[in-house]
Amino acid sequence: MAVMTYLEAIRETLRQELRRDDRMIIYGEDVGVRGGVFRVTEGLQAEFGEDRVIDSPLAEAAIVGTAIGAAINGLRPVPEIEFADFIFPAINQIVQEAARIRYRSNGDFGVPLVIRAPFGGGVHGALYHSQSVEALFAHVPGLKVVIPGTPYDAKGLLASAIQDEDPVLYFEHKAAYRSLKGEVPDERYLIPIGKADVKRQGKDLSIITYGLMVSYAQRAAETLEKEGISVEIVDLRSVRPLDVEAILETAKKTGKVLIVHEDNLTGGIGGEVSALIAEHALFYLDAPIMRLAGPDVPAMPYSPPLEHAFMVTPDKIAEAARKLAKF
Amino acid sequence: MTPEFQKDIYYHMALARAVDDRMWILNRQGRAPVVYSSNGHEAAQVGSAFALNRGEDWIVPYYRDLALVLAYGMTPREVMLHLLGKAEDPNSGGRQMPAHWGLHRRHIMTTGSVVATQDIHAAGLALASKVLKDGRVSVAYFGEGSTSQGEFHEALNFASVHKLPVIFFCENNGYAISVPARKQMAVMDVAARAAGYGMPGVIVDGNDPLKVYEVTKLARERALAGDGPTLIEAKTYRFVPHSSDDDDRVYRSREEVAEWKKRDPLVTFEKYLLDNQILSSEELAAMQQKIKDAVNDATDYAEKAALPDPSTLGLYVYHQ
Repeated sequence: MAVMTYLEAIRETLRQELRRDDRMIIYGEDVGVRGGVFRVTEGLQAEFGEDRVIDSPLAEAAIVGTAIGAAINGLRPVPEIEFADFIFPAINQIVQEAARIRYRSNGDFGVPLVIRAPFGGGVHGALYHSQSVEALFAHVPGLKVVIPGTPYDAKGLLASAIQDEDPVLYFEHKAAYRSLKGEVPDERYLIPIGKADVKRQGKDLSIITYGLMVSYAQRAAETLEKEGISVEIVDLRSVRPLDVEAILETAKKTGKVLIVHEDNLTGGIGGEVSALIAEHALFYLDAPIMRLAGPDVPAMPYSPPLEHAFMVTPDKIAEAARKLAKF
Repeated sequence: MTPEFQKDIYYHMALARAVDDRMWILNRQGRAPVVYSSNGHEAAQVGSAFALNRGEDWIVPYYRDLALVLAYGMTPREVMLHLLGKAEDPNSGGRQMPAHWGLHRRHIMTTGSVVATQDIHAAGLALASKVLKDGRVSVAYFGEGSTSQGEFHEALNFASVHKLPVIFFCENNGYAISVPARKQMAVMDVAARAAGYGMPGVIVDGNDPLKVYEVTKLARERALAGDGPTLIEAKTYRFVPHSSDDDDRVYRSREEVAEWKKRDPLVTFEKYLLDNQILSSEELAAMQQKIKDAVNDATDYAEKAALPDPSTLGLYVYHQ
């Protein structure tokens, strides 16, 4: 078992899966010689050759669209979209094609495809290198949307995504790439898509979150522990499908729920999670459901004070949780 | 090319026309909600299909391609089941509008409605063929209107950069519903666009199945040799409105339609086969009877077939 960064865990999983399955290919902008703009795929082209780790033209619709065709003709494509913000030219291929192909063909065709994309802010990426786009895709039946919050989960979820018979969007938080470290087993293991994980047991309130916010929530929980507030943290890990059981279980257990995400508030995952709790666990609640999310501005600004004002931070999480605990 | 081969091409063209005619009758009788036709395009579609390893090479059709899918092994029954939205429809189980083809068994790729998306899928199918060395060629079919879409251009570029075994087959009938080609592009020919992607652009008389066969065969050989894609532009015409909900009198003169009708591929090819004694009038009569029987059988079968059960609405969102 080695200690790895979140980024290394993803890279080593890609390497392990490429070794395991000849049908798997990786491609996207700069993924070959350069090893990706974040170095996630560094060294993979040298090991697996230009036929399996491919520098593609700079055209996202073509990247995803060809991956759909390649998947149907027998490959297991794992294309990368360089930044989640650049996924929009491919949205027609993802939503209208990849997501609908099994359904529209009545099960005759399937698209085993994993689209990896770095997302999220806090890295001076501004409007077009910071976005969280998961809620847009989580709305679409036929897609699965996975967002790991730890190096360990990054590996097990990626292996599951690659093995999955349906299109999976795998969003990696770019601020997590090098800041998050953890123990990652060498051997292959699978974490089921659609299964949340209780990252911390607590009794006073629950924070339901995912991605980078899991580690931020953990930092907030440590602060709050010293103040005598016991926080439970549920890491969703997949935002479609949601682990309804785990969401309801923690809501019933603590009776107070704070949902945290970096994505914009309105229409975000928090709305769906709170609707589930309101529908199925209302009478277990001791306080109104609270959401802490990116504000409803079009995207994250560049200049540091503006960026900071947008970002959800451990301090902001602690503050919200304190308020909820006191209710 | 053997006489049998040419007769088989004719058979599929005539079959497509007959199925097509029946679909319109069903529509006008109120028994089929909507029809998209291949009427006029049969030579382009069947001629190109016969140049492929049918059922092994991938075709990625669009809504105009009834004759193509029939030539590729979809049965008239399967077409009628699709038209009438029956549970047994192998294209979609009654989920998609008519003319949204897809049949894995015959390597007919499933298709949506947004035009040019399929061009990229053909490139992707071919990408897998290149990696897996499976000896397959993929062919994207599309109308000239869809070449205004970015995805058409992305597909050609991607395929040419990676020298993929793919053919881009444009059925240029001069109109995208009502919009004429001159308002679609500032060049005379779709084929001219190939130059921008470093691939050959070939223009062919889309009403001559044998010429279409020849150019498609060459493009296929080129693809298999690792020399990359070819853009084929088959110049043709549709003799009917875009769909059963369209009225083409608004945007095309009757004179123009009549002029093209003189070159109806079914009529001219039939005359060629008879004149050259490739087909006898007795054989033709027998073939016509066979087609009539097939169309009647398909119609009866599909009309009696069950509609989808509402309880199946939620099936196949994901693998199961």
